[in-house]
Amino acid sequence: MIPQAFDYYAPTSVADALRLLRQHGDDAKLLAGGHSLLPIMKLRLSTPQCLIDLGRIAELRFIGEADDGSLAIGAMSTYHDIKNSALVQARVPALAEAAGEVGDVQVQNKGTIGGSLAHADPAGDFPALALALNFELVTATARSGRTIAIDRFFRDLLTTALRPNEILTEIHIPALPAGTGVSYQKLPNKASHYAVVGVAAAITVGDDGVCTEARIGVTGAGATAVRARNTERILKGKHIDAAVIRRAAKRAAANIEDLNDDLHASAEYREHLTTVFAARAIEEALSRAG
Amino acid sequence: MIAGQVSKLIGSRVKRKEDPRLITGEGKYTDDVILPGMAYFAVLRSPYAHARINSIDTSAAADHPDVLGVMTGAEINDRCSEPFPLFAILPGMQYPERWPMAATKANYVGEPIAAVAASSRAAARDALDLIEVDYDPLPVVTDMETAGDADTPVIFEEMGTNLCYEASDQAGDPDRAFAEADGVVEARMEQPRLIPNPMEPRAAVAEYERSSGNATLWVTTQNPHIERMVAAKMLGMPENKLRVIAIDVGGGFGCKINTYSESIIAVVLAQEIGRPVKWAEDRTEHFVATSHGRGQAQYVQAAYKKDGTLLGMKLKIYADLGAYAQVISHVIPTLTPSLAPGVYSCRDIGWTTIGVFTNKIPYDAYRGAGRPEAAYIIERVMDLIADATGKDPVAVRRKNFIPKDSFPYETPTGMIYDSADYDAALDKALDIAGYDDLRAEQKAARKDGKLMGIGVTVTTEVCGFGPAAAMGGLGGFESATVRVDPMGKVTVLTGASPHGQGEETSFAQIVADDLGVPFEDVEIIHGDTSIVARGVGTFGSRTLVVGGTAILKANEQIKEKATRIATALLENKLEDTLDPQLVTLEDGLFSVQDMPDQYVTWADVGSEAYDGQLLPPEEQPGLEAVSFWEPPGLTFPFSAHIAVVEIDQDTGEVSLKRYVSVDDCGTVINPTLVEGQIHGGLAQGIGQALLEQAVWDDEGQLVSGSLMDYAMPFAQEFPMFELDRTVTPSPVNPLGAKGIGEMATISATPTVANAVIDALSHLGVTHVDIPMTAERIWRVLQTHGRRRRGGRS
Ligand SMILES: Cc1cc2nc3c(=O)[nH]c(=O)nc-3n(C[C@H](O)[C@H](O)[C@H](O)COP(=O)(O)OP(=O)(O)OC[C@H]3O[C@@H](n4cnc5c(N)ncnc54)[C@H](O)[C@@H]3O)c2cc1C
Repeated sequence: MIPQAFDYYAPTSVADALRLLRQHGDDAKLLAGGHSLLPIMKLRLSTPQCLIDLGRIAELRFIGEADDGSLAIGAMSTYHDIKNSALVQARVPALAEAAGEVGDVQVQNKGTIGGSLAHADPAGDFPALALALNFELVTATARSGRTIAIDRFFRDLLTTALRPNEILTEIHIPALPAGTGVSYQKLPNKASHYAVVGVAAAITVGDDGVCTEARIGVTGAGATAVRARNTERILKGKHIDAAVIRRAAKRAAANIEDLNDDLHASAEYREHLTTVFAARAIEEALSRAG
Repeated sequence: MIAGQVSKLIGSRVKRKEDPRLITGEGKYTDDVILPGMAYFAVLRSPYAHARINSIDTSAAADHPDVLGVMTGAEINDRCSEPFPLFAILPGMQYPERWPMAATKANYVGEPIAAVAASSRAAARDALDLIEVDYDPLPVVTDMETAGDADTPVIFEEMGTNLCYEASDQAGDPDRAFAEADGVVEARMEQPRLIPNPMEPRAAVAEYERSSGNATLWVTTQNPHIERMVAAKMLGMPENKLRVIAIDVGGGFGCKINTYSESIIAVVLAQEIGRPVKWAEDRTEHFVATSHGRGQAQYVQAAYKKDGTLLGMKLKIYADLGAYAQVISHVIPTLTPSLAPGVYSCRDIGWTTIGVFTNKIPYDAYRGAGRPEAAYIIERVMDLIADATGKDPVAVRRKNFIPKDSFPYETPTGMIYDSADYDAALDKALDIAGYDDLRAEQKAARKDGKLMGIGVTVTTEVCGFGPAAAMGGLGGFESATVRVDPMGKVTVLTGASPHGQGEETSFAQIVADDLGVPFEDVEIIHGDTSIVARGVGTFGSRTLVVGGTAILKANEQIKEKATRIATALLENKLEDTLDPQLVTLEDGLFSVQDMPDQYVTWADVGSEAYDGQLLPPEEQPGLEAVSFWEPPGLTFPFSAHIAVVEIDQDTGEVSLKRYVSVDDCGTVINPTLVEGQIHGGLAQGIGQALLEQAVWDDEGQLVSGSLMDYAMPFAQEFPMFELDRTVTPSPVNPLGAKGIGEMATISATPTVANAVIDALSHLGVTHVDIPMTAERIWRVLQTHGRRRRGGRS
């Protein structure tokens, strides 16, 4: 459990970090909380020549409101920050709650929202919430930067739209329309507490009780977190009752091609869990939507 | 001292003496040892479960600038004069020779292949990647039930079989019992292998003095004296030239009984490079480098009468020993049939125990060692009979209990149970749990379509090991030296080697009460073979029972001599001769009968013993006594446990709602320590029931090879445990103590298993294997639906 030797840099600004990233190219890895990266380095499955630690860059660790009214969270904000932020608790309580369910206290103290999204662990909790809450990911490169819509972010197992020369700097969570409820439900892996399967639902209900918007993010089931679009379609435009939930939840795993099948759960069980937790998340989101 | 008597400290919640040291970081664990010039070593391990080693090229590693020495398996083995010794060889048993490292063939993933010493831990690790080994993979044996078949590849050609032993025996007349039965229940039960995972992984530090040939080995062991015996033998050293030190050890649970290859490698490397060396296991390494526990497949048949009487049992038990037998690991499976009758008076039992070698890391003792597997069988059998007869599991147990007036009781398998009252413990547990209300609640829950289960067990186990005959050559005694110094303070050297259990505290309580000195005046020293001459160690819940009694025996000698010295002092004071019978020790004062104000203290006696002028002419100076005590028999703690679970119908997830643990370990010296042992024991037993299992693939790779994949319970998954006890002193030692290290682990697994199966019993489910993971239960629900199909009421 000793990583291969590496050089270590601790820049204090994004600009310096980008400079180092350009200088070291493919030999470099960005270090956030280290709770995904360091374990694989200790097993020597990843052997970067140099680590650029984002931990001392104050401008990456904040929680506030952006000009457009969205909730803005710096990439280096920890689960602990998010769980305890009055702003997050007020605007998206489900995100604060989910942060408190990640791993254990040590993981929450070190792990970051940016690291979680950039690592794109197929069993990570935040990727599901990111899809349901329609995260916008703001990045910086030495030359400029861009905003990536979450729907275009998760590409494949542990692979995202981020380029090697790009730093994820902040996450914008668009203001939720009135009448929106959010919930995240998972079966924790008893060893790590990652999600065996986790489902996040954001459901908006109009004054007439009809569902106007539904975004469902599923994690743990496949190679990446994905939206359960079939489920969303069934919910939208309907008065959601128990029968609709049942029908919608049944389709939650429909668009996941290769269901994960491993020590922790068979593909068949994961498929079933996806429907169970979809129903639970929808139910709770709905109860919060009023 | 009278058994069960509560005096000043015995029975009270004295805070642990060792805690301030341990929780402020002043503990002295092996990895804390730092010696001048110390180097570090790392061990290259086989990535294959079974492979021929064609060649090893260490030249690139040797060229690494920080590397001080590289040794291959063949080179290390060459420096040993003997292979690993085995104890308690069973009749007809066959086994391979085992040397510290694999030289020509690797037989499990993780078997040591080569070792590198370097000036830093990181460099030693780096250099491992520079060693090139040419392997030829061989067919792999992983399944214990087919390992002995004729068409299964043989791991050790010289043996010609993978069978270590197959032993059949019987007590009474099982065939008759089955013939007379109203019915027979049967099941195949799995005991998955478990990975011990003590908080502190293993470590070893060795220092070698070339001028004298003396070596010192700091090592994470539960039994430094056995470690010294084994390592000295293998290294061809006299025991008095090898000092083994294990002062603070962070848990063992059995996996630190064995002397491991790294101890031998450490000493050889220290000799080779002329510098002290250290090795410390990583957590990930622990999974493949430290022996596992459990690992049985059990075929159980039980004959019963309609009234719930258990008439007889037939057992066939396969035990997965892994690639080698070690110390007495091969004996552990034989404890299972021996304890299979449990707390019941069934007399007719037949059994076959089959120990096999597979391409897995060796297995060994793990908290309970052979007894949890037995308790599981019999406590599942009781519930199977309840299912078959439609009776309440409590009633079936009561019907079969060994009556309380029959102790000492010899079981058909030859165990002599010392003392017990099972009804009393069960009554208490039922009362605390509110059993009848729970059953009513369960009925209501079922009406609402909810799955709630109640599990009940009453179990016993064997501990307090010796005498020697029960130990197969490891020794059945424990030693104690009690020393009173000129200031009247007491130092105790014990051959036991507590590593978390808290005997620095309980031993000091015993001494303080027995000698009448303040608790603070007693120091307990253990874990250094050059200070404590001989000992056996801490395992099998023997430390308090055997080690504590050894201390009492040494105290007797001390008190006698001290009283003689006190008499001389008092005679001098009173200027009169005294009948020594009239001088008594009470509350730490030696006084003359009827003259309470005429007394001398331990300090008076202590200083007189060493520097005094008044010693009677026949008395030698000094105040120190050595005792070796071997128990006449074993002890049998017992318990009645009740668990309440709920099952999530949709996911199959089990949640433990309540846990009642009534345990009887005889005299309780310190309730806090006993409860600590029970809490930890329950956690491990519940973990086994619900979560833990080592999983291999067909290539013999450990798939559950890290704590991200091998689930151990978190505290948050438990309810507050509801603890109580009964006290039935043991007649086999003057303390009346029975040992509590393993009892709760042994009981918890079948209790939780019974509760989960009880929750499903109305669906016609009679057995589910452990661990009862959410998916496994979900699958049971898939096949049994949610419809009521018989089962117990
Ligand atoms: C014991 C344990 C239990 C866990 N349990 C859970 C759980 O229950 N649920 C869960 O979701 N997760 C869990 N995790 C993972 C944890 O959430 C990780 O911390 C998280 O996924 C990664 O965040 P990090 O800040 O640690 O990132 P790091 O490990 O530092 O980095 C991860 C990857 O992201 C890249 N990266 C990091 N930040 C940026 C950035 N700003 N821009 C571009 N690239 C970046 C890094 O280069 C690296 O490749 C667990 C981890 C452990 C060790």
